[in-house]
Amino acid sequence: MTMNTSRRNFLKSAAATGAVLMVGLRPNGALAASGSGTSAQLTPFVKISADGTVTAIVKHFEKGQGPATGLSTLIAEEIGLRMDQISYEFAPSNPEIYNNLFFGPFQGTGGSTAMANSFMQYRNAGAAAREMLLTAAAEAWGVDPGSLRIEEGVIIGAGQSASLGDFVAAASKLTPPETPRLKEPSEFRLIGNPAVRRLDSPIKVNGSAMFAMDLHLPNQMVVMIARPEQRGGLATGFDDTGAKDVKGFLQAAILPNKAGVAVYAENTWAAMQARDALSVEWDLSSAETRGSDEIKSEIMAALEAEPSYNVLQSDQSATRSALDDAAQVVEQTFYFPLLAHAPMEPLNCTIEATEDGRIVLHDGAQMPTGPHMALSQIFELPMEKIEVRTMLAGGSFGRRATPDADYQVEAALAFVMTDRSRPVKLVWSREDDLRSGYYRPAFGHKVRVGIDDAGGIVGWDHRIAGQSIMKDTPFEAMVVKDGVDHSSVEGASDTPYQIPGVFMGLTDTKKATSTLWWRAVGHTHTAYVMEVMMDMVAQAAGQDPVQYRLQYLQDGTDQARMASVLKLAAEKAGWGSAPEGRSQGVAVHKSFGSYVAEVVEVSGDPSDGIKIEKVTCAVDCGIAVNPDVIKAQMEGGIGYGIGHNMRDQITLSGGAVDQFNFPDYEPLRIGDIKEIDVHIVDSNEAPTGVGEPGTPPAAPALANAISAIGGPRLSALPMVEHGVNFA
Amino acid sequence: MAFSLRLNGESREVQAEAGTPLLWVIRDELKLTGTKFGCGVAACGACTVHLDGQPVRSCQTYIEDAEGSEVTTIEAIQDNKIGSAVQQAWVELDVVQCGYCQSGQIMSAVGLLRENAKPTADEIDEYMHGNACRCATYQRIRAGIQRAAEILEA
Ligand code: FES
Ligand code: FES
Repeated sequence: MTMNTSRRNFLKSAAATGAVLMVGLRPNGALAASGSGTSAQLTPFVKISADGTVTAIVKHFEKGQGPATGLSTLIAEEIGLRMDQISYEFAPSNPEIYNNLFFGPFQGTGGSTAMANSFMQYRNAGAAAREMLLTAAAEAWGVDPGSLRIEEGVIIGAGQSASLGDFVAAASKLTPPETPRLKEPSEFRLIGNPAVRRLDSPIKVNGSAMFAMDLHLPNQMVVMIARPEQRGGLATGFDDTGAKDVKGFLQAAILPNKAGVAVYAENTWAAMQARDALSVEWDLSSAETRGSDEIKSEIMAALEAEPSYNVLQSDQSATRSALDDAAQVVEQTFYFPLLAHAPMEPLNCTIEATEDGRIVLHDGAQMPTGPHMALSQIFELPMEKIEVRTMLAGGSFGRRATPDADYQVEAALAFVMTDRSRPVKLVWSREDDLRSGYYRPAFGHKVRVGIDDAGGIVGWDHRIAGQSIMKDTPFEAMVVKDGVDHSSVEGASDTPYQIPGVFMGLTDTKKATSTLWWRAVGHTHTAYVMEVMMDMVAQAAGQDPVQYRLQYLQDGTDQARMASVLKLAAEKAGWGSAPEGRSQGVAVHKSFGSYVAEVVEVSGDPSDGIKIEKVTCAVDCGIAVNPDVIKAQMEGGIGYGIGHNMRDQITLSGGAVDQFNFPDYEPLRIGDIKEIDVHIVDSNEAPTGVGEPGTPPAAPALANAISAIGGPRLSALPMVEHGVNFA
Repeated sequence: MAFSLRLNGESREVQAEAGTPLLWVIRDELKLTGTKFGCGVAACGACTVHLDGQPVRSCQTYIEDAEGSEVTTIEAIQDNKIGSAVQQAWVELDVVQCGYCQSGQIMSAVGLLRENAKPTADEIDEYMHGNACRCATYQRIRAGIQRAAEILEA
């Protein structure tokens, strides 16, 4: 059902089967449509063949978060199809047409935007296709198009019926409507329907789904890279005597940028063994040599110094005097370690040269435009001569999108060093993934909150220090304003809580290693701090944590939406009436336009072991296009947040990563959370993110539950390193 | 060296060095890519196959130890009554997200149901502990196994 495709391919197949109705956008944003003859300029969102086959062209990559199903649902809804009447293909790389509307002329998936930026585009394309088919049928039958409709893929009305395919040829000659009529929410049959199933389930349960790792091009070589232990080290020489004993080893060569040595072999196992047998000399003069303790000390010191940036441009002295006059000051310092993404499918991609002089990259590409541009530079070819074929990705959590297209560039450099007659498949091992990777940066926060006699907040002094993600990347111009990398403070600087007397300071510290967005980006630490602080302040005020938060969510729609998920989660969790021997903790957070509240219920105790009995979640993400996919994303996001904060961290000794493989970076396991219960708030607001927003509140809700059951206030992570055992 | 084994009911001869993990023979030589590489050190379960009906981690099973044995991979699990019930349950409940770990999850789930027709939640958690899912689809894996047990009982 799924096919990785390129525009060349689908134009070719369109020509072979006769008429095709394709609806998409012109570069100027106008709806456009065409049949097989005049389609050269059109990159569609939907195509309908003369045999009635309908295919959604999905511009976002599928790493499990559901856009293949989601965008197909929008097209099927507007045309009037059942879900088994639509299939999907991944769009070719094209930054003009398939761009993420939030990223500019750049195609990519991230920031939980797949549905939010595609919702109207794909509905409009589906609706235009419907109107064109109905107009064509109405003309043929001599009736008013208004008397016709499409139901389950059949054109019906005026006493007639016909299949879609019958009018594809005629419809493809029509001009698309400028503003097609979109269905009203009351007409929705698929959008919001919890019975709609994922389109990619069948291929993922029988081994037939093709991930990039599964590609096996004829005559391909497998390449693994020997990298320095310390980031920034440069290869100066190597000895491959040992590698030559490995059957299937072909050759080794220092990459043009000296960042590593490429080991070429006939197959993956030979590449792994040959790389192990290689000894490399490194120039470490400009490599990172610091350890985690030094990185932490720098961050902690920055929290005590005058911050570089006044994030909210607020009056620091007013906050200071409010705290001086406060009846009580609640103070806490937090530290967040580096974290790896560790998607299940280790990084990989394949590059080949075609006979007509093009370069093709096969990749589970999260931001196709990045590697597309990088390869165009490396191969000195125009963008049209580079093709990125997006394949299924075995997870990403942000890792498959790096500003410098790191692994795709490695593969390209390994490929340029060959005579290009054999495709090169670059494979990373799990050790490569954990040790040579990009990490959620380390961050520290120091917060001092003053409360009055009644327990109300009078001042909130919040210092943040850590390693910027966006500075020194092409995204700097978009995200960094007045020196402040928004991704360092998001979730704190823009919290919906209406807190008086806030001062927020930010200081950038030196990057120890490459930093990268990690599922939920800055919210991974800001939500933790905001929600543990709210809990501590409520406790100091002697008030219920849910009621206390609600006092600061009084006016405004943002606040009302946040309050309603909080109330819903509390109600569904039976807040305040946990069974004997159990305690609850709560957290609520807004990220990527969505509001999520979570209540974690635990049993046991910190020394013998805490057991996570239940997580209850309420989410408001606007119109819930695929409710079951949203629930799955909340379940997964909760697991991701809880698993890492329970026991994972990346640490450095002398610049080298201490962790090797999963045993040292232990994933969440099936028994860690006994139950998750997700509730979706009904909404007619535009859809917002679901891939990330489930993650931020999970760890602070767990921390608050652990405190409630008599455990420590966890202000540094992971939890197992700071006095808590899990059963 | 030449090794012979039975793969999904067919006799296959493969050329490989002794000490080659079965995983890489299956993926790179026999070109069955449903069995996945996740860690290579028996810590994730993505590479789980059945050796004479028993789930094993193929990344830590050498080709010489599979010689003469019956190897079953995800590609043939629907031929098994339990296997097809598990697949059916997985689709009904949309267990998968990225899907990369799911071949291994299903192979382990079949192993569990073969031993225990009606596992409790705790028994599932214990048996499935070694199968990591970075997308954290665990709630649905647990429900999927219980649903498959129900399908098989009917
Ligand atoms: S690849 Fe074999 S257990 Fe992870
Ligand atoms: S479904 Fe993605 S790792 Fe399990």
